[in-house]
Amino acid sequence: MAQITRDDVAHVARLARLELTDDELGTFTEQLAKVLDHARDVEALDVGDVPPTSHPYALQNVLRADEQAPCLDRAAALEAAPAVEDGQFRVPPVLGEAP
Amino acid sequence: MTAADVPHGDTALGIAAAVRSGTRSAVDVVEEHLTAIAARDGEIHAFNVVTADQARQAALELDRRVAAGDDPGPLAGVPVALKDNMCTIGVATTCSSRILEGWRPPYDATVVERLAAAGAVVVGKTNLDEFAMGSSTENSAFGPTRNPHDTSRVPGGSSGGSAAAVAAGFAPLALGSDTGGSIRQPAALCGVVGMKPTYGAVSRYGLVAFASSLDQIGPFARTVGDAAALFEAIAGHDPRDSTSIPEPAPAVSAQLGEGVAGLRVGLVTELVEAEGVQPDVIARLRQAAEALEHAGAKVDDVSVPAVVYGLSAYYLIAPAEASSNLARYDGVRFGLRVDAPTTGEMYDRTRTEGFGAEVKRRIMLGTYALSAGYYDAFYGKSQRVRTLILRDFEAAYQDFDVLLSPTAPSTAFELGAKTADPLTMYLNDVCTIPSNLAGHPAMSVPYGTGDDGLPVGVQVMAPALGEPTMFRVAAAIESAAASAT
Repeated sequence: MAQITRDDVAHVARLARLELTDDELGTFTEQLAKVLDHARDVEALDVGDVPPTSHPYALQNVLRADEQAPCLDRAAALEAAPAVEDGQFRVPPVLGEAP
Repeated sequence: MTAADVPHGDTALGIAAAVRSGTRSAVDVVEEHLTAIAARDGEIHAFNVVTADQARQAALELDRRVAAGDDPGPLAGVPVALKDNMCTIGVATTCSSRILEGWRPPYDATVVERLAAAGAVVVGKTNLDEFAMGSSTENSAFGPTRNPHDTSRVPGGSSGGSAAAVAAGFAPLALGSDTGGSIRQPAALCGVVGMKPTYGAVSRYGLVAFASSLDQIGPFARTVGDAAALFEAIAGHDPRDSTSIPEPAPAVSAQLGEGVAGLRVGLVTELVEAEGVQPDVIARLRQAAEALEHAGAKVDDVSVPAVVYGLSAYYLIAPAEASSNLARYDGVRFGLRVDAPTTGEMYDRTRTEGFGAEVKRRIMLGTYALSAGYYDAFYGKSQRVRTLILRDFEAAYQDFDVLLSPTAPSTAFELGAKTADPLTMYLNDVCTIPSNLAGHPAMSVPYGTGDDGLPVGVQVMAPALGEPTMFRVAAAIESAAASAT
């Protein structure tokens, strides 16, 4: 596997919605490379015939009874919001245009 | 100071018995512990917030109920410290992160409801590595917690505040969460008992998610008996957590004193020989194993080969799950918002200012491990390694009832000693991670001290739902440790 590059780190930072300074980009690239280097032991394993485990205790189709039950009320859900309007979460313009 | 001579050394069970019988008031118990906190938490910083008024109020109510002939429950009047990643209605829950600073949850975690039902009194929320990512509690946005045994040292992490609170006598009980060792490693470094239950044995409802297939809530205590009582109070099926095991939780207290005669105990070779494990830690482990042998157990070395891949697999799986779980912190519904002209820029600025360096590192690592072209090589392979570890444990448990290893490679290290290189910090978790990947229960029990006089922990591991036997072995180690010193 190729070493993780500054461009890779800049790319994942964008995907994760994080802004990095040039200095941070350098530090994180170096640190992530070290961790991924340690992971080469896993990468090198031939485990194609081993099924993956996504969960240690496999439960299937966990469903509750189809009955009405109380849930969090709107006022309580909105109470901690940074901005609210008409009983909804208010955010800045999504497309960059002022309302 | 050692674990044996901590102040306020009352056991939780002793307090509960006295409060239930009316010989001691819950108000007095709470005041004594609030006094201990006021005297020394400035130095230790175990707590992000001390909920003194609510604790006094709850204690008053408990005393009223006892006076009225009511039994408030098995943990009546016992002060408990809660890791600050468990939701408490109306009380700030921060995960020691700027992004959640000041957030007051609109509901209680299931464990918080169960503590109240058992009569326990929450005295505060404890410091942690931000979002439980770390092994020293130095990644907290609100400053580090210090080890009560030596304040130049870390308490371990990520549940360092909970471990320190119990070790310092601020509360006889605490709850932590353990994703890769975050209960057991700080328990070892602070000289207390810490236990990670079988995955699904304790509800995660209201626990702020880090890595959902690994996270478990569990108890801290100064004695194995207290840890057992706390585990029993919080365990059991919860329909609000779809990963909760739909069976009654294993009872552990009743069998604690049964001894270890005839039990088969395996010393895991790969974890004894793991990278960085110090000779004094191995020496204490071998003494604990010998003590079990004297008590009638059959002790042997055992190989669990795949655990050597645990650290690498964990540091791909946990960040991958974290990168997804932490996508919810976007400044829209709760927590920090840094204003910006557009929603996209608002996301970027909020997350950039709200998260600390370690959280950013893990989000990026996880995003990378899940990204196109690397998914199979990293995430996919790690999931298969998880199967290998499960299989090797299964084979070992054909011949052994429980397995032993060091909990942490060393005793508590100096603040700042491992912050420069993340990988060095990650190596703290090498012995604890395999049980998380397998979903098995494991616990740390103090056994003596290292060359530096600081506490050493021994890890007892068991197969899924093997808590009863695991606690029995832990109790035997505890009594051997008491007679050895």
